[in-house]
Amino acid sequence: MAGESDLDVAYVAKLARLNLSAEETHLFQKQLGDVLKYAEKLKEIDVTGVEAAAHAVPIFNVFREDEPRDCFTAEQALSNAPHQANNLFIVPKVVE
Amino acid sequence: MTRSGLSALSIAELRPLLRRREVSAREVLEAVEERINAVDGKIGAYLSRDFGAAAVEAEKADVNLPLGGVPIAIKDIINVAGQPCTCASKILRGYRAPYNATVIEKLRAAGAIPFGKTNLDEFAMGSSTENSSAQLTRNPWDLSRVPGGSSGGSAAAVAIDAAFGALGTDTGGSIRQPAALSGIVGVKPSYGRVSRYGLTAFASSLDQVGSLTKTVRDSALIMNAIAGPDPCDTTCLNEPVPDYAAGLGRGLKGVRLGLPKEYMIEGIDSPVRQAVDVAVKHLASLGAEIVEVSLPHTDYSISVYYILATAEASANLARFDGVRYGYRAENPTDLLDFYGRTREEGFGAEVKRRIILGTYVLSSGYYDAYYLRAQKVRELIRRDFEQALAKVDALVSPTSPTPAFKIGEKTSDPLQMYLADIFTNAGNLAGICGISLPCGFARSESGRTLPIGLQFLGKALDEARIFEIAYAYEQSTEWHKARPSLNDQNIVGK
Repeated sequence: MAGESDLDVAYVAKLARLNLSAEETHLFQKQLGDVLKYAEKLKEIDVTGVEAAAHAVPIFNVFREDEPRDCFTAEQALSNAPHQANNLFIVPKVVE
Repeated sequence: MTRSGLSALSIAELRPLLRRREVSAREVLEAVEERINAVDGKIGAYLSRDFGAAAVEAEKADVNLPLGGVPIAIKDIINVAGQPCTCASKILRGYRAPYNATVIEKLRAAGAIPFGKTNLDEFAMGSSTENSSAQLTRNPWDLSRVPGGSSGGSAAAVAIDAAFGALGTDTGGSIRQPAALSGIVGVKPSYGRVSRYGLTAFASSLDQVGSLTKTVRDSALIMNAIAGPDPCDTTCLNEPVPDYAAGLGRGLKGVRLGLPKEYMIEGIDSPVRQAVDVAVKHLASLGAEIVEVSLPHTDYSISVYYILATAEASANLARFDGVRYGYRAENPTDLLDFYGRTREEGFGAEVKRRIILGTYVLSSGYYDAYYLRAQKVRELIRRDFEQALAKVDALVSPTSPTPAFKIGEKTSDPLQMYLADIFTNAGNLAGICGISLPCGFARSESGRTLPIGLQFLGKALDEARIFEIAYAYEQSTEWHKARPSLNDQNIVGK
């Protein structure tokens, strides 16, 4: 039961690059339908003329001196790689 | 002093002993290790410890520094170079941090020793620590109950004297709520007060690192060390850091406290309501003036929070794709299968739920109705607090509507779990600071005492004020001196 929302969990899971089992899809459809139904109350509020707050504290243009600093070596960057060789991340072939 | 007596001290009690060299940093560390070995089997607060490296730090500790030689536990979502950082997720099992979070650099600069990592809800998503993929953490006051979350491991570790203090993170209450449920002090600093660099991001506009400690003074000492600007985090404010411990003891004369009328809702457990009522009367007897204030958009904060937090999470967690670090699914048929199955097999149920919800509210056709509208209501909530806090020094409320709930009680109903944040998450939306401290006990049906938390919310960057108010309350009550007894409890069931 998806309540009144248009949520299609199977479709959104594809957008999110997240496979779900049939059971999870069904369960999330119900649970997130409940959450979205609860969130329906946001529609009661008149937000005309209200600016959207992306952050509670607006900060713009924070600069620092453009000076070279230490950064990761290739070895450090690769230290948690699932597969690596020759100082490179190894991934499955993705182009034919 | 015996080792067990040593681990029971507060940081403020321990420091003079270290400075006068009545105990060594090495002995202090060993006391913590012994305590963990003795009691953490029942609790499950820690995911990893590195006492070998910590012992080397202890040998070199400069005990004259503000936290010199004090072992501090770290929520396992904050990177400590060389130590695991799993975020309690299967997708980061085996991950070792290649660098330090800024808060770790700052703690070390103050002399503290980050020796171990504590359990949490996976990627800090939860209010009970039950969403950890690694292990259950139990509430030390009643082993059949949750310690709160998501910083449940940090809270439990401090509550059982298995850490002198701990770092946690608070996105919607994840420091304050477990502090309340575990009977200790938890501080969520204002947004931008503490660097987030090296904290694995959940919701970047809401996340903030803070402390869990035995006392208010200890929290002030940790905040002194971790607050302040950071060139690696542009959202970290370039504002001076006061000495938070210096103002403690000023008392409550002339202090105005606001009681939000919308917070006295149905659904607050009666022992919580009673304890907070008594605490408010007590604050008045200490000289505070109590004023009723209004936060008209309170009823919308849970909805706003779960739309914005999940939207940000869905973007932040896109980085877990099996390429550069973390878990990778074997034998993919194609690229979509590679991503889809890596994430299916690596993430737990709550994380998946939030990625789906967050992706949905950001998706074409729904962005305006959910995400953009929620951001606008967030602005209204922020203004509510601005207006209320223009009239008073701080707001006072319960931290959580209930004491610790039973393990498994809310896991099948995410909405009920989300409602546990009702008094805390608006503070994150507004970017203000908050503190929770013990203010009484409820009694469970099996006769165990369960701690109740009192919350003070202060203006952005006004941490010094809420420390002063909380300290005045704490020092005139006995609640913070109570410790859970583990000897009369055994784990029943799973």
